[in-house]
Amino acid sequence: MRKFKEFIIEKLILACGVASIFFVVLIFLFLVKEGLAVFRSVSFSHFMFGHKWYPISEPPHLGILPLILGSILVTIGAAVISVPIGVGCAVYIAEIAPLRVKEILKAGIELLAAIPSVVLGFVGMVTLVPLVKNIFHLPTGLTALSGSVMLAFMAMPTIVSIAEDALYSVPKNYKEGAFALGATHWQTIWRVMLPAASSGIVAAVMLGIGRVIGETMAVMMITGNAAILPKSILVPVRTLTATVAAEMGEAVVGSEHYFALFAIGIVLFVISFMINVTADLFLHRRP
Amino acid sequence: MRNPYRTQAVAFFFLLLATLLIVVPVGLVVVIIVQKGLPAVNWTFLSDIPRQGMRAGGIFPAIIGTFYLVSGAILFALPIGLLAAVYLTEYAKDNLLTRIIKLAIVNLAGVPSVVYGLFGLALFVVFFKFGASILSGSLTLGIMILPIIITTSREALESVPASFREVSLSLGVSKWQTIRHIVLPNAIPGILTGTILGLGRAAGETAPILFTVAAFYLPQLPGSVFDQVMALPYHLYVISTQVPNVDEKIRYGTAFVLLALVLFMNLIAIVIRSKFRKKKKW
Amino acid sequence: MVTFDIKDLSVQFGHIRALKKVSLAIHANEILSIIGPSNSGKTTFLRMLNRLNELHVKYRMEGAIRIGEDGLFRVDVELLRKRVGMVFALPLPLPFSVFDNVAYGVRMHGEKKKKSLDERVQKALQEAYLWEEVKDRLGESAFKLSGGQQQRLCIARTLAVEPEVILFDEPCSGLDPISTAKVEDAMLKLKSRYTIVLVTNNVKQAARVGDRTAFFLGGELIELDATEKMFTAPGDQRTDDYIRGKFG
Repeated sequence: MRKFKEFIIEKLILACGVASIFFVVLIFLFLVKEGLAVFRSVSFSHFMFGHKWYPISEPPHLGILPLILGSILVTIGAAVISVPIGVGCAVYIAEIAPLRVKEILKAGIELLAAIPSVVLGFVGMVTLVPLVKNIFHLPTGLTALSGSVMLAFMAMPTIVSIAEDALYSVPKNYKEGAFALGATHWQTIWRVMLPAASSGIVAAVMLGIGRVIGETMAVMMITGNAAILPKSILVPVRTLTATVAAEMGEAVVGSEHYFALFAIGIVLFVISFMINVTADLFLHRRP
Repeated sequence: MRNPYRTQAVAFFFLLLATLLIVVPVGLVVVIIVQKGLPAVNWTFLSDIPRQGMRAGGIFPAIIGTFYLVSGAILFALPIGLLAAVYLTEYAKDNLLTRIIKLAIVNLAGVPSVVYGLFGLALFVVFFKFGASILSGSLTLGIMILPIIITTSREALESVPASFREVSLSLGVSKWQTIRHIVLPNAIPGILTGTILGLGRAAGETAPILFTVAAFYLPQLPGSVFDQVMALPYHLYVISTQVPNVDEKIRYGTAFVLLALVLFMNLIAIVIRSKFRKKKKW
Repeated sequence: MVTFDIKDLSVQFGHIRALKKVSLAIHANEILSIIGPSNSGKTTFLRMLNRLNELHVKYRMEGAIRIGEDGLFRVDVELLRKRVGMVFALPLPLPFSVFDNVAYGVRMHGEKKKKSLDERVQKALQEAYLWEEVKDRLGESAFKLSGGQQQRLCIARTLAVEPEVILFDEPCSGLDPISTAKVEDAMLKLKSRYTIVLVTNNVKQAARVGDRTAFFLGGELIELDATEKMFTAPGDQRTDDYIRGKFG
């Protein structure tokens, strides 16, 4: 009797174990189920590379190139800001900060990771947006630049914590060896620690960027949401995620617009899948 | 020849600068919201319904809505996530299946939150015909926080010494009994930490609930799991961008309540974790 | 009383060969000591007898083991481990009270009645020569006991599930001489009712308590004989060298 009960429990545990695979597949299937229908009315290349996103005009124009470029622009901006700062901070925490300061800094980074994106978006709206507007004398501060700055902050916790882990797991004797040869602390960091931790740091940067591409609320609140091909970083843009979030509420279930938004979902899913798989390979690469 | 010690001083200065560039703005965000939000919060604000097109009154329905959503999400995610963690630590062999499960968890954690929203819409709202409801929203949030629960529970289970398991098994106690009576009880603080972190994450997310549950304005409380509700993060989004001329106090007050809720949960999690580390008997 | 019969036992962990074609028999009611330097396969051998090696992911074995009349792998593994108890190298109390440590196995095997639990716990603690020291401290955390007391508590925990064989895996390696003497005392007195296999890297301990002694080296059984014979006139030069402390 007990054996039978335990047999059932162990099967249940196995089922929960594979649940993650099940959910990933389920997400993909349902995105595909709703999203592929859009290609009955637009060709794949028109969808990906069309210059116009007018989903509710008659007939609708469903080209997501402006959205892709919007996402890329904001992401590059965020990466340029967050990668050097994030990696720098990780080095500081892992190598330089005294133990007590280290604990406080790590708690601070955790704090940043915990702030909901809608709160960061709100703070960005009331502080950063007017600032950008005044500094660059723009008609509006809702620009790609504002989005990049805000998103940089959302990428930093990921970058810092994973890069710090990578630095921490460099074998101690590497460092001792370098010190024994008379290298300064900085030379040790630059010549020994960073190269030894490089694959972990690459993964950290990739996952940080993944976070930026997928970020939705803050970006929707402060990038201005103009679905046009961006010509500079100081104009409003609209990202892939913001488009879905902003428009799905109005899209009629079963309309082309609805299908197109799901197709954007497929694009986002595929991007995040590729980033995560690659980052995982970097993380588990044996040095 | 450049002086290596001067190079070092310059480099360390920039590293400190990078750290400050993260820490100071984070501090500022918290300070601004507390400073401007705290005065707006009083009993009426917390217990009243929104009035005059959300330009006055309180945020009670949004608080309650978030409470329901978060409870539903954890009810769904905790059992599945915990058992998945048990599978990975106690049963999984070093094979392809395990590798794929781990990869799936990483991917689940990386899926953009708005994609969860789409998925919840397609599966729960449309396919299962739950409509925009607490049920759909909770399930969507539940799947979203699954990786957090699994990862933290796994750490907790792995921190239970292997020798405890060996002792128990060597007495002829079965594997499940060992898990149930030795491993799980000793992993509870870690599991609790993960659960609370998951709660905090679910409470703060907006994109997954946009199309699955959140109501723009719905002053009455829900009667069943098939009703829509308001939710704090979505409410903040609405009054910040969708409704003109909302008093700044209400916006800051809402942001404060949401931030306080989420940070409070994280704080509890951190406290439990550090207490547990100190108290460890083995 | 139970006996073991081991034929051509080889064990591998990944690419590491831990045991090579070991054959020996274990008699009822004897203390068989197994000595040898570290990494000689002693512990691996011991953990074959209650199938604890199977917890290792990359474990592979060849050969045959019989317990009594049955093949070892034909017996239900939980039943086998109940019959073949084990005491580990370090004192490993579970994070419970003294009482609950001893009662744990008994409870898991289905005993629920308070009265018979009390009796079984007291009996086991008496057999492990710990009862007098802890009878007023049964509710305290087991971690509060001294190292030697903890190890005897572990013996009591093993005895409480009423095994037929007890495997000792270097049970005194973490203990001071006085605690060691107490544990050895307990072992000698247990001999009348149990079959005991003792793995030790303390040659003198083997000489003190073992009826027969086996010498393992590099995963092979070099020699097995009555303890007295082994320590006075070993048949193999390597045994002699090891006993005299020339390597180890």
